[in-house]
Amino acid sequence: MSLALEARGLAKRYGPIRALEAVDLDVAEGELVGLLGPNGAGKSTLVKIAVGLARATAGAVSVCGFPAGSAEAKTRLGYLAELFRFPGWCTADELLTLHQRLAGSGGGGAERSDLLELVGLSSASSRRIDAMSKGMQQRLGIAQALVGGPSLLLLDEPTSALDPAGRRTIRQLLEHLKQRGVSVLLNSHLLSEIELVCDRVAILLDGRLVAQGSPTELARPRGVEIETDVGVQLYRSAGRAEVPRLVAGLVSSGRRVYGVRVLTSTLEEVYLETVGQGAE
Amino acid sequence: MSSVVTVVRYALQESIRRRMLHVVLVLTGAFLLLFWLGTSSLVANSSGFVPPIDVDRETLVGSTLLGLAMFATLFLGSVLSVFLTLNAVRGDAERGLLQPLVVRPIGRATYLAARFLAAASVAAVYVLAVYASTVLIVRVEVGWWPDRIVSPGLELAAAVAVVAVLSLLGSVFLSSTANGVAVFMLFGAGLVGGLLGQIGEALGSDTLRSIGRNSARLLPFEALYQDGLHRLTIETTGLTEFVVELGPFGGAQAGGPWLWPWTVAYVVAAGAVAIAAFRRRDL
Repeated sequence: MSLALEARGLAKRYGPIRALEAVDLDVAEGELVGLLGPNGAGKSTLVKIAVGLARATAGAVSVCGFPAGSAEAKTRLGYLAELFRFPGWCTADELLTLHQRLAGSGGGGAERSDLLELVGLSSASSRRIDAMSKGMQQRLGIAQALVGGPSLLLLDEPTSALDPAGRRTIRQLLEHLKQRGVSVLLNSHLLSEIELVCDRVAILLDGRLVAQGSPTELARPRGVEIETDVGVQLYRSAGRAEVPRLVAGLVSSGRRVYGVRVLTSTLEEVYLETVGQGAE
Repeated sequence: MSSVVTVVRYALQESIRRRMLHVVLVLTGAFLLLFWLGTSSLVANSSGFVPPIDVDRETLVGSTLLGLAMFATLFLGSVLSVFLTLNAVRGDAERGLLQPLVVRPIGRATYLAARFLAAASVAAVYVLAVYASTVLIVRVEVGWWPDRIVSPGLELAAAVAVVAVLSLLGSVFLSSTANGVAVFMLFGAGLVGGLLGQIGEALGSDTLRSIGRNSARLLPFEALYQDGLHRLTIETTGLTEFVVELGPFGGAQAGGPWLWPWTVAYVVAAGAVAIAAFRRRDL
């Protein structure tokens, strides 16, 4: 399996502060990975090293096989920073034209139209950026990150300024990109969003990778809930495998069974258990 | 190369669309008008002024007025240079404007070189145009051509390029406001050093001459300005030369044969330090 992003033994220190320590993380081709962690866990630092904005203290990161920060790596990635700003005097179309030139994209007007349509900004192509809402600017930022058809997209809190409809647009866009084989590293605090779209989740805490896996793998069993004629009964230690035995036992003892629910923890519960309730 | 052109075009577009150049052009028009009016009324009011025997009146009045114009042109060109570069790195990074650009496959060196080219070329064209206008105004009103017409303008253009590279270097380390303050303080220090050198020349003080020489070496925009002033009356001799040197813009020191090589080396070295520091900087 070829890797769009490969981090090995990654460490970063800012003076005495340890931002990252021995982080190993892969994003496979066409994979959508969610990066979670409390504020200051090192998520943005990891992304910045991957796009060449910051230098690692130790370890290495490669993008599509090329060292992070090299021109070859940069031509293969798209990036939207958490705190970004585009020049207010530009129109949306001019901004995308600028990034096409910098990225060496020959997509021309067709690419710009497609990208603006993809993020729901078709009608705003000639609008100046300083006349756009923060949400519109964020969507434009995602369009900008997609200029040149990157193989790897690194999005740092891409939906923080979006309303629910805007978030849904971006979610659909991410699913669309996944189908096209684009790899995505999504750094977000919105756990429900990550749970919905990501193939895999990595959790950073104090600069260390403390958990990773698919949302299903990370979810822990939380018991079985069975609804009978005398009410709902919860079997905390039971799992999916015990359901037939439990139902058979209830039926044989004269209970009527109306429903069974196998309980697993949500990503939010997994996250809070991993980082500690008070981490935020 | 296309990346350099793209960033230069971006920087120029920004200065035009943010109306920075509009303001500069309007105010420069006002300055030139004022200079013309001042020159015209000075000539009209001094018609009764009779200089000492052997002192050429046109040379004395023309070189003094053009010296004043060169000082103002250097200042205005430096302001333009500084405002085109003061936030190129740290200022833009703090506002989040820089990151989307430098993650593109352009080197950081390319980005800085392009920002320098944009600022230096705009400021150089600007000072050349203003200098040429003032030379023509002095010619029309006073009837005097400087001994050297082209080289003082070129030296002013090089001087504002030096200011641009200093501002760009400062932008790697300092936020916009701090960088602006630092560069203008250096600019002021250079001019004061140069004035002390001129006073030293007039009074025969070795200490003041030495201060002037050293400040010119450390801040070569001052040496270029001084050399330009010197060239205005480079062929003037006798009592006229003596009287011109006593004036507020007289006594300027010649830069010598090493001025241009030193200026080029200085710009390259300052640019190299800026690039090395920018490459090491986390954004």
